[in-house]
Amino acid sequence: MEWETVIGLEVHAQLKTRSKIFSGAPTAYGAAANTQANVVDAALPGVLPVLNGEAVRMAARLGLAIGATVHKRSVFARKNYFYPDLPKGYQISQYEHPIVERGQLTITTASGEKIIGITRAHLEEDAGKSLHEDMGGFTGIDLNRAGTPLLEIVSEPDMRSAAEAVAYLKTLHTLVRYLEICDGNMQEGSFRCDANVSVRPLGETRLGTRAELKNINSFRFVERAIEYEVRRQIALLSSGGQVRQETRLYDSVRDETRSMRSKEEANDYRYFPDPDLPTLLLTEAFLAEVKDAMPELPDAKRRRFGAQYGLSLYDAGVLTASRELAQYYEEAVMAAGGEPKLVANWVAGELAARLNEEGLDIVSAKVTAQALAGLVRRVADGTVSGKMAKDVFEAMWAGEGDADAIIAARGLRQISDDSAIEEVVKQVIAANPKQLAQYQAGEEKVFTFFVGQTMKASRGKANPAKVNEILKRLLTP
Amino acid sequence: MNAEEVERVAHLARLGLNQEERGAYAQDLSRILDLVSQMNAVATDGVEPMTHPDEAGLRLRPDAVSGEIDRNRLLAIAPKTRDGLYLVPKVIE
Repeated sequence: MEWETVIGLEVHAQLKTRSKIFSGAPTAYGAAANTQANVVDAALPGVLPVLNGEAVRMAARLGLAIGATVHKRSVFARKNYFYPDLPKGYQISQYEHPIVERGQLTITTASGEKIIGITRAHLEEDAGKSLHEDMGGFTGIDLNRAGTPLLEIVSEPDMRSAAEAVAYLKTLHTLVRYLEICDGNMQEGSFRCDANVSVRPLGETRLGTRAELKNINSFRFVERAIEYEVRRQIALLSSGGQVRQETRLYDSVRDETRSMRSKEEANDYRYFPDPDLPTLLLTEAFLAEVKDAMPELPDAKRRRFGAQYGLSLYDAGVLTASRELAQYYEEAVMAAGGEPKLVANWVAGELAARLNEEGLDIVSAKVTAQALAGLVRRVADGTVSGKMAKDVFEAMWAGEGDADAIIAARGLRQISDDSAIEEVVKQVIAANPKQLAQYQAGEEKVFTFFVGQTMKASRGKANPAKVNEILKRLLTP
Repeated sequence: MNAEEVERVAHLARLGLNQEERGAYAQDLSRILDLVSQMNAVATDGVEPMTHPDEAGLRLRPDAVSGEIDRNRLLAIAPKTRDGLYLVPKVIE
């Protein structure tokens, strides 16, 4: 039987506010335990939550960016459950009346573009952290994270493969960073993902029973966790078994998912409107202000890059993966006075590889956009070959100066002068009579031998295009 | 509401009730539900549910860090602490 996979994703994006959603405590990551939890976060009796306006603004910004309805009325509700990392005994969230509903995101995979629906996005508070190791049989509670603003973004079950799920996540990840509402740091838990996964026979329109996968903290693990879960469910159904609706934890070390708790019993949160928080009302003026402050969005930027710089949509996507990278690219093109494709090759090629190797972000690149443009100009005008330019780039990265200084200091100037190259080629031919005879007898692959020898004799400085041209002329009897 | 339902609700609220209390609460809660169900007789089609009586809306706070955090004073209230952490009976999912 052929099976179809159905995936819906819930993303928790930590909003980049300075203070918490309902208290004035700071939100910085990595502080000493409980130094960033005040009386509101610790839920002392008598305290009252006061909503952070910036968190509301950020939620509205996402809503407008995904073409959703940003409701002028939304309501905070209490989600009741007992767990020590949430000392109130309930989480303040939004339930029946979320701030954002019905948006969409366009994703691109190998099979083209696809629109993924976004059901809703709502504001809520994060819980604290539980530490189970080395606590002498107890659990340690750190409330620093308690009350950090979260935007929970819930997709429709529109994805049909792990690859689509990853593409959706990456698109959303790029978007929240463009909007400057979330830093996107997955290791620190700023961008977390739960995946609802089910399978059904191809052609069936009803949804199968789903499992909710938790604890997935990288794009790679999302893909692997979903693939494992799909295999597990298909094997189960194929052998006459049934999928249980439950929460499963992904274990990246063993590359498997395992049952965490049965959803049916845990799922009685008894939501009700929080009497401490009146209805959240947004004005037309507030929404207009948010709209006016909207930056160019990733999808629009990608299409503009394609049209304006003559790049493929794939390359444009790579270069617009972050706002900072796109800015670097545009600065380099401007400084180089054109050459958009050449600049694109260098930014997505050599520069990206180097950043990746050293685990650096584009903003800490050791070659500035202006410096890279200086090198690109020398490649474009033929001063250095592409191969020599790579050496120059390495030297620039090592801090040896700008492109022109390095080219001068190392005597790397490419030889493009016909007579000088002819001189070298003649010497090479004279020194290799055997290969010459072979070539003239029709063994064309010997040609590359001559190219190599000429480049070697010129210590890599001869213009390769010229070398080819002159060799062809002089080798022909 | 029967004793079994009361027991379930009490468990969700982490309340311990004895046999006698379960019976008493079952009666009280049933009477409350009866009272509420009287309201079902009122026609409310087209009336938007009101979650809060105050229609002035929520007051928003500027995004600024404010107020003191005295960790030691907060930790001092807790029954058990260690290295700045609150200690609670072991919870493992």
